[in-house]
Amino acid sequence: MDQSVVIQEGYARLKRTRTAFVGGLLAALVILIGVAVTLGSADYTVAESYLAILAGLFPGTFTAPEMAEIIVWDYRLHRVLFAVCAGFGLAVAGCVMQGILRNPLASPFTLGVASAATTGASIAIVLGAGVVGGDYLVIGNAFLFALLAALAIYGMARYRGIGSETMVLAGIAIMYLFSAVTSLLQYVGSAEQLRAVVFWTFGSVDKSTWPKLAIVSLVLACTIPYLLYRAWDLNALAEGDEVAAGLGVPVERSMIVFMIIASLITAVIICFTGTIGFIGLVAPHITRMAIGGDFRTLLPASGLVGSLLLLGADSVARSVLAPQVLPVGIVTAFLGVPFFIYLFMHRRNA
Amino acid sequence: MALISVNDLSFAYHDRQVLSGITFSADAGEVLGLVGPNGCGKTTLIRCVDGMLTPDRGRVMLGGREICTMHRREVAQAMAYVPQSTGNRTAATVFETVLMGRRPYLNWKVSATDEEKVIAALDLLDLRDLALRKVAELSGGERQRVMIARALVQETGTILLDEPTSNLDVCHQMGVMEVLHGLAEEKGLAVVIALHDLNLAATYCHRLLVLKGGLVYGYGAPEEVLSEEMLRNVYGIRAVVKRDLAAPYMVPVRPGRLREGV
Repeated sequence: MDQSVVIQEGYARLKRTRTAFVGGLLAALVILIGVAVTLGSADYTVAESYLAILAGLFPGTFTAPEMAEIIVWDYRLHRVLFAVCAGFGLAVAGCVMQGILRNPLASPFTLGVASAATTGASIAIVLGAGVVGGDYLVIGNAFLFALLAALAIYGMARYRGIGSETMVLAGIAIMYLFSAVTSLLQYVGSAEQLRAVVFWTFGSVDKSTWPKLAIVSLVLACTIPYLLYRAWDLNALAEGDEVAAGLGVPVERSMIVFMIIASLITAVIICFTGTIGFIGLVAPHITRMAIGGDFRTLLPASGLVGSLLLLGADSVARSVLAPQVLPVGIVTAFLGVPFFIYLFMHRRNA
Repeated sequence: MALISVNDLSFAYHDRQVLSGITFSADAGEVLGLVGPNGCGKTTLIRCVDGMLTPDRGRVMLGGREICTMHRREVAQAMAYVPQSTGNRTAATVFETVLMGRRPYLNWKVSATDEEKVIAALDLLDLRDLALRKVAELSGGERQRVMIARALVQETGTILLDEPTSNLDVCHQMGVMEVLHGLAEEKGLAVVIALHDLNLAATYCHRLLVLKGGLVYGYGAPEEVLSEEMLRNVYGIRAVVKRDLAAPYMVPVRPGRLREGV
């Protein structure tokens, strides 16, 4: 066979493998959603859960037991979909940050965005101060501080001439600064306030609602297509600033845009969930190990891996000590870290 | 015809002047070597030429247009750049890495024509057998050929390279330079290349631009530029320049070790 045909077929095979991987993840996610919606004290089957979801979407076409439909749509589905969206968004944000900064440790959490959100939440909890009042006091503060951290990193990097190493260093410095502020607030806060701050840092999807889910979905719907559209630029930036510039990418402007998008996604999620740190770091690594680094498939696949990880962890968190619900941040670390280390070691040995 | 020309270019990092009054051009079919000691401004000059740094004074013309008026994508369609480091995406295959060179023309989807162009570049650089291997698994010389292949699929008139032969053994150095010289002559490309090895530069470049302290010390054919005086003034070394082969070459001499009569 002509060798150019062999090469083209080899590349086509690689693309098919990646598409199949994304398809497999989607199928796994649909199954897990069914299982997660079924988990709980009410007694109905996974099939009835799917029927209840379909009955809500297409009333009249599908019918499900009334009890199942009420429980699914009023109590469980928004939580499950929130975990799916939050996992997706955190993983995509981590994937973008690792790519443009070419640093395997880059994630919204190692870059200080999450510690800033925690500080914002702590100020609201301990001092009762915030830009937005009422129910959104803690959420508003967390969101604003997360964006503030992203702007601070950008400002510092800009001052010294932007570069991936500068951004990582600036992020680490920001992380320590905000951690210190949070510690100070915990120190001066009452026992009750301290408990609330610590609980916020555990991370959980307990407080999800349909409106919150709508906000997160809207942000994802606006940002993910744009990131996918610029997947070739992300590929080029992952090769290095100089390579990217040589390939026609406006490096500085692109890095700023990508950092702001990744920070916005992170901020809008963690202001509702608290810190769920593990997903953004690990989901992109797991995906890259499986299908390589082409952002055209890496982005959606990382997002789906993130969704599976967070939804899986939340399902375990809800069922392991039922009716007690563990904070999902703890479960993601307990389940995910050994899995990640296994994958990493296995790959190294291979 | 000059595909790239630089006129009176100056650049300073804050208050440190790095380049002053640099003027040169490279024609179609020409290999121009940028030489000079460490810190003389070669890499800064390359970055100014590629538009990654904005000169304080002077003009860079690319195919008759001033580079600062061009969009980055237009620059990438007219000039390819091969930096010193060979990239970090260890997970990518050779085919994917070379395909990246089509980025200035791609939006999302890769067409069959793009793939054919990649295969043609792989062919030209004798990389066909490695197409589906990961770049991280290749030797330094093979990796450098991959980077040149990526520059080729950009289909530009000018290729700019920053020390592409560093870290390569002499055999691979010559292999890379043969490829570049051949591409310039056969495809009518202007190749501008920063080099440390003066003998390699004299052997393969049509003209040399010698930089010293950010200024042009010499500019011309290797026979005119490579001299014992230049080596003494620019590098501060004593060397003998031999002219008994097709291109001049220099032999450095340790202080006090030159035999009588040589």
